[in-house]
Amino acid sequence: MPMTAALLAFVAKVLSGSTVRWIDSQPDTCQRVYFANHTSHLDALLIWASLPPHVRALARPVAAKDYWERGAIRRHLATIFHALLIDRTEIKVHQSPVDLMIREVGTTHSLIVFPEGGRNTETEMGEFKSGLYYLGKKRPDIEMIPVYIDNLNRVLPRGEFLPVPLLSCITFGPAMWLEHQEPKADFLQRARENVRRLKDL
Amino acid sequence: MLLDVPAEILLGILLAILAIAYFAGQALRRQPQSVVNPAIVDTFLYRIRAWWLLYAVLGASFLIPYGRLATVILFGILSFWALREFITLTPTRLGDHRALFWVFFVFTPAQYILVALGQQYFETYSILIPVYGFLFVPTRVALAGDSRRFLERTAKIQAGLLICVYALSHAPALLDLQLIKDGEKWRGGSAGMLLFFLLVVQFGDLSQFLWGKLIGKRVIAPAINSSKTWEGFVASVLTTTLLGGLFWPVTPFNLLEAACMSLVIAVMGFAGSMTMSAIKRDRGVRDYGTLVQGHVGILDRMDSICFAAPVFFHLTRLFFSAA
Repeated sequence: MPMTAALLAFVAKVLSGSTVRWIDSQPDTCQRVYFANHTSHLDALLIWASLPPHVRALARPVAAKDYWERGAIRRHLATIFHALLIDRTEIKVHQSPVDLMIREVGTTHSLIVFPEGGRNTETEMGEFKSGLYYLGKKRPDIEMIPVYIDNLNRVLPRGEFLPVPLLSCITFGPAMWLEHQEPKADFLQRARENVRRLKDL
Repeated sequence: MLLDVPAEILLGILLAILAIAYFAGQALRRQPQSVVNPAIVDTFLYRIRAWWLLYAVLGASFLIPYGRLATVILFGILSFWALREFITLTPTRLGDHRALFWVFFVFTPAQYILVALGQQYFETYSILIPVYGFLFVPTRVALAGDSRRFLERTAKIQAGLLICVYALSHAPALLDLQLIKDGEKWRGGSAGMLLFFLLVVQFGDLSQFLWGKLIGKRVIAPAINSSKTWEGFVASVLTTTLLGGLFWPVTPFNLLEAACMSLVIAVMGFAGSMTMSAIKRDRGVRDYGTLVQGHVGILDRMDSICFAAPVFFHLTRLFFSAA
């Protein structure tokens, strides 16, 4: 079954009734890391779908290998949205996810990451893992865009495979960078706060 | 035949009035900001556009072959969207997910398929949601094993299904009534009935707003809706009754009957918008539209239609139908 990226993006947007907002930032093809709160397996797909087509073509969502490689349909979908699949169960020392990401983005692509690690079932966002910090440290030139995903966990909650078509909202915030000599904990806290405050805007 | 000559004329006049209002709004928009508030003009233009679109799509679906089916599908989509807004607004828990899936993908389509099949399924579509849906929802939620706020959660899903799907489905069901006039089969087009109904509901909403602004003093329930006043309510019911009576040529009613029906529709429309205001206020939002930024609030436009449709349908069926 041939299915184009545009069609997949359209279906994803209709199904999740998503509204897209850009606050103090604009869609751009420059290299970026979009980092968002993680509430549903649809997150990566939907952020990708919310980007305008020419930006979308350069974006690579980082997603869980164990979920997106199960079954032929998911595998096929993952190739359409150019997912960068990360093995969560087996993290090698010399092949850390951050190294893999840096290698894969090269000098043109952007990334969509979920620094909380696993999906969060609580209402409050989890603490950010340090991967985002190392990304910023190794590639200080890449813009970091906070993204807040609202209500998508109700569209497809954990452990469910049938989506319920409620309305969700995706908010892109202003770019941030790792400051010179900024401590890891401070940076991660600041990044998390930048995502959280988009909820109330 | 869905559309007869009087109904065509009415639809034509309506689209023309809306178009004129739209261009008048555009002209106002070009005025300096000191003369008119641009936000109000934008809201006005937006509403006019939404109405124009609704009647244009409706008119188009009356004209094409299988027009009744097209109208049923149109209302099915509206129901689906309204339910989406209703459930998004309502806090549900993880345990409700499967029940919601059934509500969206089984009960909603099934209701509209039965309505599309026509009057011989009247008894089935009249009880599908109030009986089977009503019993199914709590069962499915109970099977999910989460007892917290059980009654509240199931009641919310049931209310959403009843208001957004069951009640609204009576509007396209109007098209398949076997109408009689003076003891004989009515020869007019059934689209006139739906047009009559929608016009009267919307005129009721509009006149209530205008009368409320002009002469409204005593607010009925300030905690629920600060723009609904006793003066506005009474004046709008009276004007809607008079104007609705004048629409009698598109219906099997005579002038007096059309006026009485308009009275009932105006009161039910008021009931619908009050009830939905109460739900919105309870959830702390002003409009379903602002619930998700930049999203169109279909439920804001449909609330009065939802409440008036089943009552108008059943009164018509009881007094003016051969079935």
